[in-house]
Amino acid sequence: MTHLLIPMLEGTLVSVKIFFFTLLFALPLGLLIAKAKQSRFWVVRKLINTYIMIMRGTPLILQLIFVYFAPYYIFSTSFDRLNAAIIAYVINYGAYFAEIYRGGIQSIDKGQYEAGKVLGFTKAHTFFHVIFPQVIKEIIPAMGNEVITLVKDTALAQTIGVAEVFRVAKTASAREFSTTPLFIAGVFYFIMNAVVSKVFDRMEKKLSYYD
Amino acid sequence: MSDNKYIIEVNNLEKSYGDTLVLKDISFSVSEGEVLSIIGSSGSGKSTLLRAINQLESIEGGEVIICGDTLCNNNNLILSNEEKRKIQLHNGLVFQDFNLFPHMSILQNITEALIYVLKKDKKEAKEIALSLLDKMGLKDRAAAYPSQLSGGQKQRVSIARALALKPNVLWFDEPTSALDPELTGEILKVIKDLAKEKMTMVVVTHEMAFAKEISDRVIFMDDGIIAEEGTPEEVFDNPKNPRTKQFLQRF
Repeated sequence: MTHLLIPMLEGTLVSVKIFFFTLLFALPLGLLIAKAKQSRFWVVRKLINTYIMIMRGTPLILQLIFVYFAPYYIFSTSFDRLNAAIIAYVINYGAYFAEIYRGGIQSIDKGQYEAGKVLGFTKAHTFFHVIFPQVIKEIIPAMGNEVITLVKDTALAQTIGVAEVFRVAKTASAREFSTTPLFIAGVFYFIMNAVVSKVFDRMEKKLSYYD
Repeated sequence: MSDNKYIIEVNNLEKSYGDTLVLKDISFSVSEGEVLSIIGSSGSGKSTLLRAINQLESIEGGEVIICGDTLCNNNNLILSNEEKRKIQLHNGLVFQDFNLFPHMSILQNITEALIYVLKKDKKEAKEIALSLLDKMGLKDRAAAYPSQLSGGQKQRVSIARALALKPNVLWFDEPTSALDPELTGEILKVIKDLAKEKMTMVVVTHEMAFAKEISDRVIFMDDGIIAEEGTPEEVFDNPKNPRTKQFLQRF
Protein backbone atom coordinates (compact mmCIF):
# COMPACT_ATOMS: atom_id res chain seq x y z
CA MET A 1 0.00 0.00 0.00
CA THR A 2 2.82 2.42 0.80
CA HIS A 3 4.20 2.12 -2.72
CA LEU A 4 0.88 3.59 -3.80
CA LEU A 5 0.28 6.08 -1.01
CA ILE A 6 3.67 7.82 -1.03
CA PRO A 7 3.57 8.91 -4.67
CA MET A 8 -0.07 9.88 -4.22
CA LEU A 9 0.77 12.02 -1.21
CA GLU A 10 3.49 13.67 -3.27
CA GLY A 11 0.93 14.30 -6.00
CA THR A 12 -1.45 15.71 -3.42
CA LEU A 13 1.24 18.11 -2.28
CA VAL A 14 1.65 19.33 -5.87
CA SER A 15 -2.11 19.86 -6.18
CA VAL A 16 -2.21 21.75 -2.89
CA LYS A 17 0.74 23.86 -4.03
CA ILE A 18 -1.04 24.83 -7.25
CA PHE A 19 -4.13 25.65 -5.23
CA PHE A 20 -2.42 27.90 -2.71
CA PHE A 21 -0.15 29.73 -5.11
CA THR A 22 -3.10 30.37 -7.40
CA LEU A 23 -5.09 31.92 -4.56
CA LEU A 24 -2.09 33.84 -3.29
CA PHE A 25 -1.64 35.66 -6.60
CA ALA A 26 -5.10 35.53 -8.19
CA LEU A 27 -6.95 37.08 -5.24
CA PRO A 28 -5.00 40.37 -5.33
CA LEU A 29 -4.74 40.25 -9.13
CA GLY A 30 -8.53 39.97 -9.37
CA LEU A 31 -8.99 43.05 -7.21
CA LEU A 32 -6.49 44.98 -9.30
CA ILE A 33 -8.30 43.98 -12.50
CA ALA A 34 -11.68 44.87 -11.02
CA LYS A 35 -10.37 48.34 -10.14
CA ALA A 36 -8.70 48.75 -13.53
CA LYS A 37 -11.99 47.88 -15.20
CA GLN A 38 -13.44 51.01 -13.59
CA SER A 39 -10.55 53.11 -14.90
CA ARG A 40 -11.38 56.47 -16.42
CA PHE A 41 -9.04 55.63 -19.29
CA TRP A 42 -10.83 54.06 -22.19
CA VAL A 43 -7.76 52.10 -23.33
CA VAL A 44 -7.33 50.46 -19.93
CA ARG A 45 -10.99 49.44 -19.77
CA LYS A 46 -10.84 48.04 -23.30
CA LEU A 47 -7.70 46.04 -22.53
CA ILE A 48 -9.16 44.63 -19.34
CA ASN A 49 -12.40 43.68 -21.08
CA THR A 50 -10.50 41.87 -23.81
CA TYR A 51 -8.41 40.04 -21.25
CA ILE A 52 -11.48 38.93 -19.29
CA MET A 53 -13.21 37.84 -22.50
CA ILE A 54 -10.28 35.68 -23.53
CA MET A 55 -9.86 34.14 -20.09
CA ARG A 56 -13.53 33.30 -19.71
CA GLY A 57 -14.14 32.54 -23.36
CA THR A 58 -11.49 29.88 -23.96
CA PRO A 59 -10.90 26.56 -22.17
CA LEU A 60 -8.55 26.60 -19.20
CA ILE A 61 -6.89 23.50 -20.63
CA LEU A 62 -5.97 25.47 -23.74
CA GLN A 63 -4.61 28.33 -21.64
CA LEU A 64 -2.41 25.85 -19.75
CA ILE A 65 -1.01 24.52 -23.01
CA PHE A 66 -0.50 28.03 -24.32
CA VAL A 67 1.39 29.26 -21.26
CA TYR A 68 3.61 26.20 -21.30
CA PHE A 69 4.36 25.95 -25.01
CA ALA A 70 4.06 29.49 -26.40
CA PRO A 71 7.23 30.83 -24.72
CA TYR A 72 9.13 27.92 -26.22
CA TYR A 73 8.14 28.85 -29.77
CA ILE A 74 8.65 32.57 -29.23
CA PHE A 75 11.70 32.73 -26.96
CA SER A 76 13.00 29.15 -27.30
CA THR A 77 12.64 28.76 -23.55
CA SER A 78 9.80 27.80 -21.25
CA PHE A 79 8.72 27.89 -17.63
CA ASP A 80 9.05 24.76 -15.62
CA ARG A 81 5.82 22.77 -15.77
CA LEU A 82 4.57 23.60 -12.30
CA ASN A 83 5.28 27.33 -12.69
CA ALA A 84 3.62 27.38 -16.10
CA ALA A 85 0.56 25.73 -14.56
CA ILE A 86 0.44 28.22 -11.70
CA ILE A 87 0.77 31.18 -14.09
CA ALA A 88 -2.08 29.85 -16.22
CA TYR A 89 -4.32 29.34 -13.19
CA VAL A 90 -3.49 32.77 -11.79
CA ILE A 91 -4.36 34.67 -14.97
CA ASN A 92 -7.48 32.56 -15.52
CA TYR A 93 -8.80 32.75 -11.98
CA GLY A 94 -7.75 36.40 -11.68
CA ALA A 95 -10.28 37.18 -14.43
CA TYR A 96 -13.09 35.28 -12.70
CA PHE A 97 -12.25 36.78 -9.30
CA ALA A 98 -12.21 40.24 -10.90
CA GLU A 99 -15.80 39.81 -12.01
CA ILE A 100 -16.81 38.65 -8.54
CA TYR A 101 -15.09 41.63 -6.93
CA ARG A 102 -16.71 43.94 -9.44
CA GLY A 103 -20.15 42.62 -8.59
CA GLY A 104 -19.39 43.12 -4.91
CA ILE A 105 -18.02 46.62 -5.38
CA GLN A 106 -21.05 47.64 -7.44
CA SER A 107 -23.42 46.36 -4.77
CA ILE A 108 -22.14 48.91 -2.27
CA ASP A 109 -24.30 51.99 -1.94
CA LYS A 110 -22.67 55.14 -3.26
CA GLY A 111 -23.67 56.84 -0.03
CA GLN A 112 -20.84 54.92 1.62
CA TYR A 113 -18.29 56.65 -0.62
CA GLU A 114 -19.98 59.98 0.00
CA ALA A 115 -19.92 59.50 3.77
CA GLY A 116 -16.19 58.74 3.56
CA LYS A 117 -15.63 61.80 1.45
CA VAL A 118 -17.45 64.28 3.68
CA LEU A 119 -15.63 62.87 6.72
CA GLY A 120 -12.33 63.74 5.05
CA PHE A 121 -11.17 60.17 4.32
CA THR A 122 -8.73 59.70 1.47
CA LYS A 123 -10.03 57.60 -1.44
CA ALA A 124 -7.76 54.75 -0.36
CA HIS A 125 -8.98 54.89 3.22
CA THR A 126 -12.60 54.86 2.08
CA PHE A 127 -11.91 51.89 -0.18
CA PHE A 128 -9.95 49.74 2.24
CA HIS A 129 -11.76 50.59 5.47
CA VAL A 130 -15.31 51.27 4.32
CA ILE A 131 -15.97 49.64 0.96
CA PHE A 132 -13.75 46.56 0.83
CA PRO A 133 -14.79 45.00 4.16
CA GLN A 134 -18.40 45.16 2.96
CA VAL A 135 -17.41 43.77 -0.44
CA ILE A 136 -15.83 40.72 1.21
CA LYS A 137 -19.04 39.89 3.04
CA GLU A 138 -20.98 40.35 -0.16
CA ILE A 139 -18.81 38.09 -2.33
CA ILE A 140 -18.13 35.19 0.03
CA PRO A 141 -20.76 32.83 -1.43
CA ALA A 142 -19.59 33.43 -5.01
CA MET A 143 -15.94 33.17 -4.00
CA GLY A 144 -16.61 29.90 -2.19
CA ASN A 145 -18.01 28.46 -5.39
CA GLU A 146 -15.04 29.59 -7.41
CA VAL A 147 -12.45 28.32 -4.95
CA ILE A 148 -14.12 24.90 -4.83
CA THR A 149 -13.95 24.79 -8.62
CA LEU A 150 -10.26 25.66 -8.41
CA VAL A 151 -9.57 22.61 -6.23
CA LYS A 152 -11.01 20.38 -8.92
CA ASP A 153 -9.46 22.37 -11.78
CA THR A 154 -5.97 21.62 -10.46
CA ALA A 155 -6.42 18.21 -12.11
CA LEU A 156 -6.07 19.92 -15.49
CA ALA A 157 -2.39 20.65 -14.80
CA GLN A 158 -1.65 17.06 -15.91
CA THR A 159 -2.22 18.28 -19.47
CA ILE A 160 1.23 19.86 -19.43
CA GLY A 161 2.75 16.98 -17.47
CA VAL A 162 2.51 18.26 -13.92
CA ALA A 163 2.49 15.28 -11.56
CA GLU A 164 -0.51 16.38 -9.52
CA VAL A 165 -2.59 13.82 -7.67
CA PHE A 166 -4.93 12.91 -10.51
CA ARG A 167 -2.09 12.19 -12.92
CA VAL A 168 -0.31 10.09 -10.32
CA ALA A 169 -3.55 8.19 -9.70
CA LYS A 170 -4.12 7.57 -13.40
CA THR A 171 -0.59 6.26 -13.89
CA ALA A 172 -0.86 4.00 -10.84
CA SER A 173 -4.27 2.81 -11.94
CA ALA A 174 -2.95 1.78 -15.36
CA ARG A 175 0.11 0.10 -13.87
CA GLU A 176 -1.82 -1.92 -11.29
CA PHE A 177 -4.97 -2.61 -13.29
CA SER A 178 -6.95 -1.17 -10.39
CA THR A 179 -9.40 1.69 -9.88
CA THR A 180 -8.32 2.13 -6.24
CA PRO A 181 -5.85 4.98 -6.97
CA LEU A 182 -8.56 6.93 -8.82
CA PHE A 183 -10.89 6.40 -5.91
CA ILE A 184 -8.23 7.67 -3.48
CA ALA A 185 -7.74 10.74 -5.70
CA GLY A 186 -11.49 11.35 -5.54
CA VAL A 187 -11.35 11.19 -1.74
CA PHE A 188 -8.54 13.75 -1.78
CA TYR A 189 -10.58 16.29 -3.75
CA PHE A 190 -13.56 15.64 -1.55
CA ILE A 191 -11.62 16.21 1.69
CA MET A 192 -9.90 19.26 0.31
CA ASN A 193 -13.24 20.77 -0.66
CA ALA A 194 -14.80 19.86 2.67
CA VAL A 195 -12.04 21.95 4.26
CA VAL A 196 -12.58 24.82 1.79
CA SER A 197 -16.34 24.79 2.43
CA LYS A 198 -15.75 24.83 6.17
CA VAL A 199 -13.39 27.80 5.87
CA PHE A 200 -15.94 29.75 3.84
CA ASP A 201 -18.74 28.86 6.27
CA ARG A 202 -16.60 30.16 9.10
CA MET A 203 -15.89 33.41 7.27
CA GLU A 204 -19.56 33.86 6.48
CA LYS A 205 -20.47 33.33 10.13
CA LYS A 206 -17.73 35.64 11.29
CA LEU A 207 -19.01 38.42 9.04
CA SER A 208 -22.64 37.93 9.98
CA TYR A 209 -22.23 40.20 13.00
CA TYR A 210 -23.93 42.92 10.94
CA ASP A 211 -26.55 43.05 8.19
CA MET B 1 -11.27 83.12 8.25
CA SER B 2 -10.33 86.05 10.48
CA ASP B 3 -11.23 88.88 8.12
CA ASN B 4 -14.36 87.14 6.89
CA LYS B 5 -17.65 87.50 8.69
CA TYR B 6 -19.30 84.81 6.61
CA ILE B 7 -18.78 81.11 7.17
CA ILE B 8 -20.19 80.34 3.76
CA GLU B 9 -20.12 82.66 0.80
CA VAL B 10 -21.56 81.58 -2.52
CA ASN B 11 -21.55 83.86 -5.54
CA ASN B 12 -23.19 83.15 -8.90
CA LEU B 13 -22.86 79.39 -8.53
CA GLU B 14 -23.79 77.36 -11.58
CA LYS B 15 -24.23 73.65 -11.94
CA SER B 16 -25.39 71.62 -14.89
CA TYR B 17 -26.01 68.02 -15.86
CA GLY B 18 -25.02 67.89 -19.51
CA ASP B 19 -26.89 70.73 -21.18
CA THR B 20 -29.38 71.16 -18.38
CA LEU B 21 -28.60 73.95 -15.98
CA VAL B 22 -29.85 72.77 -12.58
CA LEU B 23 -28.46 75.61 -10.49
CA LYS B 24 -28.47 79.09 -11.97
CA ASP B 25 -26.72 82.09 -10.56
CA ILE B 26 -27.05 81.06 -6.91
CA SER B 27 -25.72 83.59 -4.41
CA PHE B 28 -26.12 83.47 -0.67
CA SER B 29 -24.12 83.56 2.50
CA VAL B 30 -24.25 82.10 5.97
CA SER B 31 -22.99 83.94 9.04
CA GLU B 32 -21.59 82.40 12.15
CA GLY B 33 -24.24 80.98 14.48
CA GLU B 34 -26.96 81.35 11.90
CA VAL B 35 -29.54 78.72 11.01
CA LEU B 36 -30.55 78.82 7.38
CA SER B 37 -33.30 76.66 5.93
CA ILE B 38 -33.56 75.85 2.26
CA ILE B 39 -37.05 74.88 1.14
CA GLY B 40 -38.57 74.15 -2.23
CA SER B 41 -40.22 71.34 -4.13
CA SER B 42 -38.44 68.19 -5.30
CA GLY B 43 -36.22 68.95 -8.26
CA SER B 44 -35.84 72.59 -7.31
CA GLY B 45 -32.11 72.05 -6.81
CA LYS B 46 -31.90 72.45 -3.05
CA SER B 47 -30.22 69.10 -2.38
CA THR B 48 -27.97 69.57 -5.40
CA LEU B 49 -26.86 72.91 -3.98
CA LEU B 50 -25.98 71.33 -0.65
CA ARG B 51 -24.17 68.48 -2.39
CA ALA B 52 -22.23 70.85 -4.65
CA ILE B 53 -20.92 72.86 -1.72
CA ASN B 54 -20.00 69.62 0.06
CA GLN B 55 -18.02 68.52 -3.01
CA LEU B 56 -20.34 65.65 -3.86
CA GLU B 57 -21.25 67.30 -7.17
CA SER B 58 -19.13 69.24 -9.60
CA ILE B 59 -19.60 72.97 -9.91
CA GLU B 60 -19.55 74.53 -13.36
CA GLY B 61 -19.18 78.17 -12.44
CA GLY B 62 -19.22 80.76 -9.71
CA GLU B 63 -17.44 81.18 -6.46
CA VAL B 64 -17.69 79.21 -3.23
CA ILE B 65 -15.79 80.31 -0.15
CA ILE B 66 -15.96 78.21 2.99
CA CYS B 67 -14.47 79.75 6.14
CA GLY B 68 -12.27 81.95 3.99
CA ASP B 69 -10.97 79.05 1.90
CA THR B 70 -11.91 79.23 -1.74
CA LEU B 71 -13.33 75.95 -3.00
CA CYS B 72 -14.07 77.22 -6.44
CA ASN B 73 -13.49 80.38 -8.31
CA ASN B 74 -15.06 80.30 -11.75
CA ASN B 75 -13.13 77.09 -12.37
CA ASN B 76 -9.76 78.81 -12.60
CA LEU B 77 -8.75 77.36 -9.29
CA ILE B 78 -7.14 73.94 -9.15
CA LEU B 79 -6.96 72.36 -5.73
CA SER B 80 -5.12 69.21 -4.72
CA ASN B 81 -7.11 66.40 -3.15
CA GLU B 82 -5.47 67.29 0.14
CA GLU B 83 -6.63 70.92 -0.10
CA LYS B 84 -10.14 69.83 -1.04
CA ARG B 85 -10.28 67.50 1.94
CA LYS B 86 -9.11 70.28 4.22
CA ILE B 87 -11.86 72.58 2.97
CA GLN B 88 -14.45 69.84 3.35
CA LEU B 89 -13.57 69.50 7.03
CA HIS B 90 -15.09 72.96 7.63
CA ASN B 91 -18.37 71.30 6.69
CA GLY B 92 -20.24 68.53 8.43
CA LEU B 93 -22.96 66.79 6.48
CA VAL B 94 -25.90 64.75 7.70
CA PHE B 95 -27.43 62.66 4.94
CA GLN B 96 -31.06 61.89 4.38
CA ASP B 97 -30.41 58.14 4.59
CA PHE B 98 -27.71 58.33 7.27
CA ASN B 99 -24.96 56.49 5.39
CA LEU B 100 -23.55 54.99 8.54
CA PHE B 101 -20.91 52.33 8.01
CA PRO B 102 -22.81 49.07 8.61
CA HIS B 103 -19.72 46.98 9.41
CA MET B 104 -18.53 49.31 12.15
CA SER B 105 -20.01 49.67 15.62
CA ILE B 106 -21.73 52.94 16.52
CA LEU B 107 -18.62 53.96 18.42
CA GLN B 108 -16.31 53.13 15.50
CA ASN B 109 -18.54 55.04 13.10
CA ILE B 110 -17.68 58.14 15.08
CA THR B 111 -14.07 57.44 16.03
CA GLU B 112 -12.90 56.40 12.54
CA ALA B 113 -12.54 59.96 11.23
CA LEU B 114 -11.24 61.24 14.56
CA ILE B 115 -8.42 58.70 14.46
CA TYR B 116 -7.58 58.63 10.76
CA VAL B 117 -8.39 62.18 9.70
CA LEU B 118 -7.84 64.30 12.79
CA LYS B 119 -5.12 61.91 14.06
CA LYS B 120 -6.47 61.76 17.60
CA ASP B 121 -5.25 58.88 19.71
CA LYS B 122 -7.74 56.08 20.25
CA LYS B 123 -8.48 56.93 23.86
CA GLU B 124 -9.25 60.56 23.13
CA ALA B 125 -11.34 59.63 20.08
CA LYS B 126 -13.37 57.24 22.21
CA GLU B 127 -13.97 59.91 24.86
CA ILE B 128 -15.14 62.42 22.26
CA ALA B 129 -17.43 59.84 20.65
CA LEU B 130 -18.93 58.71 23.94
CA SER B 131 -19.64 62.24 25.11
CA LEU B 132 -21.38 63.00 21.81
CA LEU B 133 -23.38 59.78 22.03
CA ASP B 134 -24.30 60.75 25.57
CA LYS B 135 -25.55 64.08 24.27
CA MET B 136 -27.64 62.21 21.70
CA GLY B 137 -29.01 59.89 24.37
CA LEU B 138 -27.29 56.88 22.83
CA LYS B 139 -24.34 56.19 25.08
CA ASP B 140 -25.63 52.72 25.92
CA ARG B 141 -25.74 51.81 22.22
CA ALA B 142 -22.05 52.50 21.55
CA ALA B 143 -21.25 48.83 20.97
CA ALA B 144 -24.29 48.18 18.77
CA TYR B 145 -24.22 48.08 14.98
CA PRO B 146 -26.27 50.44 12.81
CA SER B 147 -28.68 47.68 11.73
CA GLN B 148 -29.72 47.25 15.37
CA LEU B 149 -30.88 50.87 15.64
CA SER B 150 -34.12 52.59 14.69
CA GLY B 151 -34.05 55.20 11.94
CA GLY B 152 -34.18 58.03 14.43
CA GLN B 153 -31.29 56.56 16.41
CA LYS B 154 -29.27 56.08 13.23
CA GLN B 155 -29.81 59.68 12.29
CA ARG B 156 -28.70 60.81 15.75
CA VAL B 157 -25.54 58.74 15.37
CA SER B 158 -24.88 60.33 12.01
CA ILE B 159 -25.30 63.78 13.57
CA ALA B 160 -22.83 62.77 16.29
CA ARG B 161 -20.44 61.49 13.63
CA ALA B 162 -20.56 64.83 11.81
CA LEU B 163 -20.22 66.85 15.02
CA ALA B 164 -17.21 64.85 16.17
CA LEU B 165 -15.03 66.62 13.62
CA LYS B 166 -16.08 70.00 15.02
CA PRO B 167 -17.27 71.44 11.71
CA ASN B 168 -17.78 75.20 11.36
CA VAL B 169 -21.09 74.57 9.68
CA LEU B 170 -23.38 71.57 9.77
CA TRP B 171 -25.43 70.76 6.67
CA PHE B 172 -28.57 68.66 6.78
CA ASP B 173 -29.95 67.06 3.63
CA GLU B 174 -33.62 66.41 4.43
CA PRO B 175 -32.66 64.79 7.73
CA THR B 176 -36.13 63.45 8.50
CA SER B 177 -37.29 62.38 5.04
CA ALA B 178 -36.23 58.75 5.47
CA LEU B 179 -37.86 58.47 8.90
CA ASP B 180 -41.27 57.30 10.01
CA PRO B 181 -43.39 60.33 10.94
CA GLU B 182 -43.32 59.46 14.65
CA LEU B 183 -39.51 59.49 14.61
CA THR B 184 -39.00 62.90 13.02
CA GLY B 185 -39.59 64.67 16.34
CA GLU B 186 -36.45 63.30 17.99
CA ILE B 187 -34.26 64.55 15.14
CA LEU B 188 -35.91 67.95 15.01
CA LYS B 189 -35.32 68.26 18.74
CA VAL B 190 -31.61 67.52 18.31
CA ILE B 191 -31.35 70.20 15.62
CA LYS B 192 -33.22 72.64 17.82
CA ASP B 193 -30.82 71.97 20.69
CA LEU B 194 -27.88 72.57 18.37
CA ALA B 195 -29.44 75.86 17.28
CA LYS B 196 -29.62 76.91 20.93
CA GLU B 197 -25.90 76.21 21.20
CA LYS B 198 -25.37 78.59 18.28
CA MET B 199 -24.19 75.90 15.90
CA THR B 200 -24.12 77.28 12.35
CA MET B 201 -26.48 75.13 10.30
CA VAL B 202 -27.96 74.90 6.84
CA VAL B 203 -31.01 72.67 6.72
CA VAL B 204 -32.55 71.45 3.49
CA THR B 205 -36.00 70.38 4.59
CA HIS B 206 -39.62 69.62 3.79
CA GLU B 207 -40.67 70.30 7.38
CA MET B 208 -42.17 73.76 6.96
CA ALA B 209 -43.32 74.29 10.52
CA PHE B 210 -39.92 73.27 11.74
CA ALA B 211 -38.10 75.53 9.26
CA LYS B 212 -40.25 78.43 10.38
CA GLU B 213 -39.55 77.73 14.02
CA ILE B 214 -35.78 77.31 14.05
CA SER B 215 -34.48 79.36 11.13
CA ASP B 216 -32.96 82.78 11.26
CA ARG B 217 -33.33 82.94 7.51
CA VAL B 218 -35.12 80.94 4.84
CA ILE B 219 -34.31 80.44 1.19
CA PHE B 220 -37.01 79.22 -1.18
CA MET B 221 -35.62 77.56 -4.28
CA ASP B 222 -37.55 77.03 -7.45
CA ASP B 223 -36.29 75.58 -10.72
CA GLY B 224 -32.61 76.06 -9.87
CA ILE B 225 -32.77 79.63 -8.65
CA ILE B 226 -33.25 81.32 -5.31
CA ALA B 227 -36.78 82.59 -5.79
CA GLU B 228 -37.15 84.15 -2.39
CA GLU B 229 -35.00 84.81 0.63
CA GLY B 230 -35.77 86.38 3.97
CA THR B 231 -36.66 85.86 7.61
CA PRO B 232 -39.16 83.06 8.33
CA GLU B 233 -41.85 85.68 8.86
CA GLU B 234 -41.15 87.29 5.50
CA VAL B 235 -41.05 84.05 3.55
CA PHE B 236 -43.82 82.10 5.28
CA ASP B 237 -46.27 84.81 6.29
CA ASN B 238 -45.72 87.33 3.61
CA PRO B 239 -44.20 85.75 0.49
CA LYS B 240 -43.60 88.13 -2.38
CA ASN B 241 -42.96 85.66 -5.17
CA PRO B 242 -46.10 83.99 -6.58
CA ARG B 243 -44.16 80.67 -6.82
CA THR B 244 -43.45 80.81 -3.09
CA LYS B 245 -47.13 81.44 -2.36
CA GLN B 246 -48.14 78.56 -4.59
CA PHE B 247 -45.60 76.25 -2.93
CA LEU B 248 -46.58 77.19 0.61
CA GLN B 249 -50.28 76.73 -0.06
CA ARG B 250 -49.71 73.01 -0.14
CA PHE B 251 -48.72 72.95 3.51
